[in-house]
Amino acid sequence: MLELVQGCVNVEKTLNSWYELNKTNNYGAFVSFVGTIREEDDIQGLSFDIYEPILNSWFESWQQKARQKDAIIYMIHSKGDVFLHESSYVSAVFSPKRRVALELIDEFVEDFKANAPIWKYDLKGKKRVYAKDRSTPMDGAGLLA
Amino acid sequence: MVKVEFLGPIEKEMMEVDVTNLEQLKEILQKQDQIKPWLQNSSIAINDTLISDITQPLKDGDKVSILPPVCGG
Repeated sequence: MLELVQGCVNVEKTLNSWYELNKTNNYGAFVSFVGTIREEDDIQGLSFDIYEPILNSWFESWQQKARQKDAIIYMIHSKGDVFLHESSYVSAVFSPKRRVALELIDEFVEDFKANAPIWKYDLKGKKRVYAKDRSTPMDGAGLLA
Repeated sequence: MVKVEFLGPIEKEMMEVDVTNLEQLKEILQKQDQIKPWLQNSSIAINDTLISDITQPLKDGDKVSILPPVCGG
């Protein structure tokens, strides 16, 4: 279950809706991760570009991994501008047992940072500056170098 | 013709090139000063599937995407 929204994520509404959808589905564990924009380096916020076709296939491969463990993954991410103290990313895992959910959210969020086709920019003044130093080459990078 | 699109922070419009494999595309992109620095850290997709084999053939109508380093969240 992947959703993209323009601007910030409504965290309370998102987590509540996921909980409501699954509270009677016999999952013993619900683990969530919320990413929030911190005040640092004089930024006014962050901005995001997303390449949706590959994000969708990346997410579907994770959903298949989760299904093999009787778990389910949810994710919502912002497009465009998100300002200080707002949230741009929420993900969650529901699973029958806690260990699966805890391990899956860890692996999923780490791979999200490394391989989800999302580009981050700092909002500074009226500029949108690519966060080059905080970005990671995806798996297989350098094929045409 | 093969379409080549540059994603995220690479500020370049989509281009069309007459090539039949990735090696030929590499030669063309290596000659472009604006693109060359990105190639070291960029991943490649053909028709929205990430590729790890440079011998992959290309056919008329294929779309190649250049994906620079990412940072979601």
